[in-house]
Amino acid sequence: MKALAILFRRELSLAWGGGGGPLLACGFFLCLTVLVPLSAGGDPAGLKPVAGGVAWLALALASILSLERLFERDFEDGSLDLVTLGPAPLEGIVLAKAAAQWLAVGVPLAAIAPVAAITLGLPPSQALLVALSALIGSLGFALTGALGAALALGSKRGGLLIAVVVLPLFIPPVVFGAGALERASNGLGAAPALALLAAYVLFAAVITPFAGAAAIRNAQG
Amino acid sequence: MISVSALTVSRGERVLFRDLSLTAAAGEALALTGANGAGKTSLLRALAGFIRPDAGTIVFADIEPAVARARHIHWLGHLDGLKGGRRAADELAFQARWAGADADGIAAAVDLLALQPLLDLEVRKLSAGQRRRLAFARLIAAPRPLWLLDEPFAPLDARWRAALGLMMQAHLDKGGGIIAAVHDPLPVPARPVDLGVGR
Repeated sequence: MKALAILFRRELSLAWGGGGGPLLACGFFLCLTVLVPLSAGGDPAGLKPVAGGVAWLALALASILSLERLFERDFEDGSLDLVTLGPAPLEGIVLAKAAAQWLAVGVPLAAIAPVAAITLGLPPSQALLVALSALIGSLGFALTGALGAALALGSKRGGLLIAVVVLPLFIPPVVFGAGALERASNGLGAAPALALLAAYVLFAAVITPFAGAAAIRNAQG
Repeated sequence: MISVSALTVSRGERVLFRDLSLTAAAGEALALTGANGAGKTSLLRALAGFIRPDAGTIVFADIEPAVARARHIHWLGHLDGLKGGRRAADELAFQARWAGADADGIAAAVDLLALQPLLDLEVRKLSAGQRRRLAFARLIAAPRPLWLLDEPFAPLDARWRAALGLMMQAHLDKGGGIIAAVHDPLPVPARPVDLGVGR
């Protein structure tokens, strides 16, 4: 555990340093949410029914941006080899990296998600629900995103491949997250959708470490 | 320390070597030689557990391979695993602590390798030789018995080749083992293992 804390701190510092991962993702997120109303013809009322869905789509896309940094850079500069010869199992390393990715990118995205959602026309009363659901969902994005990044290791044009591998895996959280907002808009409780979202996160937390570690071992060999 | 028997390793369709056997005892250095493409790096990667061999066994004295990889092996490959955008001190601290070093060990390595003036610089500002010294520091900082080195001296000048030779000798004297892929002779007494001409 202590060893993984060392790795976790380094991952956070790498995410925040050089390249400004979180700011980039947040900027991309906000740009997307500004572009959608413009491309839809500037009619805010027409956008209202899909505002939650669009906010979640933008969140999913912004979560993909810095995934290439997660394993590909370490693979290319040799530090993945070093980390493999350390005190922690590869499964734990994958989980620690995904957790750092969530804290560095997912949490800032969840923090500005209410701003984006209100810009798109969601009622301000839902701001808290947007932030909460985005917080859970971005953890799922970080976990399955880490899996996709591990699967794309060593391939040429890995960044594009990650997006193609990961986007289908992002469908469930987008559906559940947008569903939670829609239920709340219709005066229903958002809890069932949030529970499904949390179930997805738990599922990803179980699958990602083992599948991700296997993918990394395969890429190293 | 490590004993390899009947090892066969291939990359893709190409068999690099077949039925290779070698042993390294405590206090012994092996120098892997062979033409480019003969499989020196692949053999080292197989010993480190990165490559799954097609056949053969790799046995570490008294310990499980997984434990050996977690605690007993130092790996120094072509790539030094240093992040260009981070301070040398941060990178050294991470690499050494990850390998099990404490603060005293890191301080000793900084002294021995004269890294003090480099610690505040970004890694990208270091020369190739300075980077190699920084990467080598984790071998000094965290004591691990088996060193797997791939062309460890390539970017170093004569003075530091000699200095690293002394550190390798000290490691061997303490009962450690070294397996190094080299083109030039190692600066310590080493048993040669020739992988042939390659293809």
